[in-house]
Amino acid sequence: MTAVSADQRQQLAYVATQAADARLNVEIETEGMTLNIGPQHPATHGTLRLVARLDGEQVVEAEPIMGYMHRGYEKLAEVRTYPQVTTLINRIDWLGSFANEVPFILAAEKLMEVEAPPRAQWIRTALFELSRIANITLFLGDMAVQLGALTPVFMAFRDREFVLNQIEAVTGGRFHPNFDRIGGLKDDLPQGWIDDTKQAMEKIRDFCDEFEELVLGNEIFQARSRGIGIVPPAVGLSYGLSGANIRASGVDWDLRRDGHEALAYDQVDWKVWTHPDGDSFARYWVRLQETREATHIVDQLLDGLPSGPIMAKVPRIIKVPAGEAYAATENPLGEMGYYIVSKGDLVPFRVKIRSASFSNISITPWLLKGVYVPDIITILASLYFILGDIDR
Amino acid sequence: MTQLSSTDTDTAAEAGPEPDERREAWAAQLADALGDDFIEHHIIPDSDLWVRVTRESWVDAATAARDQLGCEFFDWLSAIDWLPSPYGRDMDAQEDNPQPKAADPMEQGHAGGQTRFQIVVRLYSTTEHMGLTIKADLPDDDLSVDTLIPVFAGSNWHEREAWEMFGIHFNNHPDLRNIYLPGEFEGNPLRKDFPLLARRVKPWPGIVDVELFPGEEES
Repeated sequence: MTAVSADQRQQLAYVATQAADARLNVEIETEGMTLNIGPQHPATHGTLRLVARLDGEQVVEAEPIMGYMHRGYEKLAEVRTYPQVTTLINRIDWLGSFANEVPFILAAEKLMEVEAPPRAQWIRTALFELSRIANITLFLGDMAVQLGALTPVFMAFRDREFVLNQIEAVTGGRFHPNFDRIGGLKDDLPQGWIDDTKQAMEKIRDFCDEFEELVLGNEIFQARSRGIGIVPPAVGLSYGLSGANIRASGVDWDLRRDGHEALAYDQVDWKVWTHPDGDSFARYWVRLQETREATHIVDQLLDGLPSGPIMAKVPRIIKVPAGEAYAATENPLGEMGYYIVSKGDLVPFRVKIRSASFSNISITPWLLKGVYVPDIITILASLYFILGDIDR
Repeated sequence: MTQLSSTDTDTAAEAGPEPDERREAWAAQLADALGDDFIEHHIIPDSDLWVRVTRESWVDAATAARDQLGCEFFDWLSAIDWLPSPYGRDMDAQEDNPQPKAADPMEQGHAGGQTRFQIVVRLYSTTEHMGLTIKADLPDDDLSVDTLIPVFAGSNWHEREAWEMFGIHFNNHPDLRNIYLPGEFEGNPLRKDFPLLARRVKPWPGIVDVELFPGEEES
């Protein structure tokens, strides 16, 4: 070992600090880089592709590319009878399928000027809320897993099963119920279902309480989601953001309360949750509260379920009178609506499907400008989209 | 954790004038703002409001709806092709329908229309809890209309969709590219004269699931 004198050591240290300073003072010029996320990235829920142009760690421009799952439902609906269309639209937002059917049926009922009997409306509303719970529980786990917490997603899949079982017990389908009919429902509730559902709701409330601590109370989760992806209310509205996304920006608007559709929401006591922050944390927070609120809505609906028929008198062959109607409901992902143009035939003349995710995700080019790469994932996760709901 | 929530849900009937009176007022306000460019309106009681404007005032109509009626929520934008499908309804078995029927005359829906293509936008007021549908006729020889992006940023993607599905050109749109279809796709699938190939190459078995029960009469 060569002996180094104190002088030499000092000199070496000096040289080293000079070199380090020099390295730091070099202007770091990074070339722009294009990062391709997806179409098969786990954070894309299917096949949303995102092309991000980066400067270092910052996004200069990001653009979603859709169409990998475009199925042309608007065209296909033009050659199907009204009852057949519900089979298709089940597959738009596949996590909350029953909720997809309702606005279409409501729009067709508007044109036919029939209204489902009260019992059908109440069961419809209850199933609607069950699909919301099935859908949002998965979001609650999914956003956490995308931020690196693996456990919540397993818990979400586990507890969602209680709700799916209840949906299956009534409709026979876990994901594609195809249960809603013009004028009512296909069937009544099976025996013992109400008690089972109330137990399931109990479990979902526990799940929400657990997640409130486990995820929302988690410091890492908060650090990664607070202040990330802030959507000002005016911008959100001009992009057509709806549902929990816009309520998280402080807009007090919920079609369940404010819409005029024939559902039983005005018969029960519940409230609309909003959050003033507009960031990713707020979006998660609002969805968690809404899930808990939905369990209370289901409980109340089942307590007060009126008796009576579940089908109004409608002809067996459904011919919808000529006209136009738009009906929209507050689906798990946001506002979903159908604009039906009828020519008095067995098949609709034109169906415009207004799906929530398409508008919700259209804000991403604006929202992702200037964020850092890890925040892309947070923002995409918190906006919450289902690819079938974007591509239709 | 602080509990944040909106004020308690008010499920009682809203105060103020009846919805239909407000719809009439909206139509009157738009008519004032647009003058001669406001062509027609149609109200279905307790349901909805349709307004038809000229193509030239398309952007003005949306601006007026946003600024004067408070419709700040951009719901959706699309188009309607009123041409009766030359292929029939593609629903019947081939043997049921040997001779294609004569095409129906073209008939436009609420608030009328003169042309084959109409552009439709739906706007909504999150404070009034009411929406309206604005339509404009597009002449066949010039399928174009000004973009709504300066008024509603969200119309960008909806216009791209209408462009590729109907072939409607949006003037001043910065980025008119296919949104769903591959870049080299030819044709505009949602036009009525665009054949649905699945039904052309393989005949549909017909309407099998709505056969009558024995003794039931067709209604």
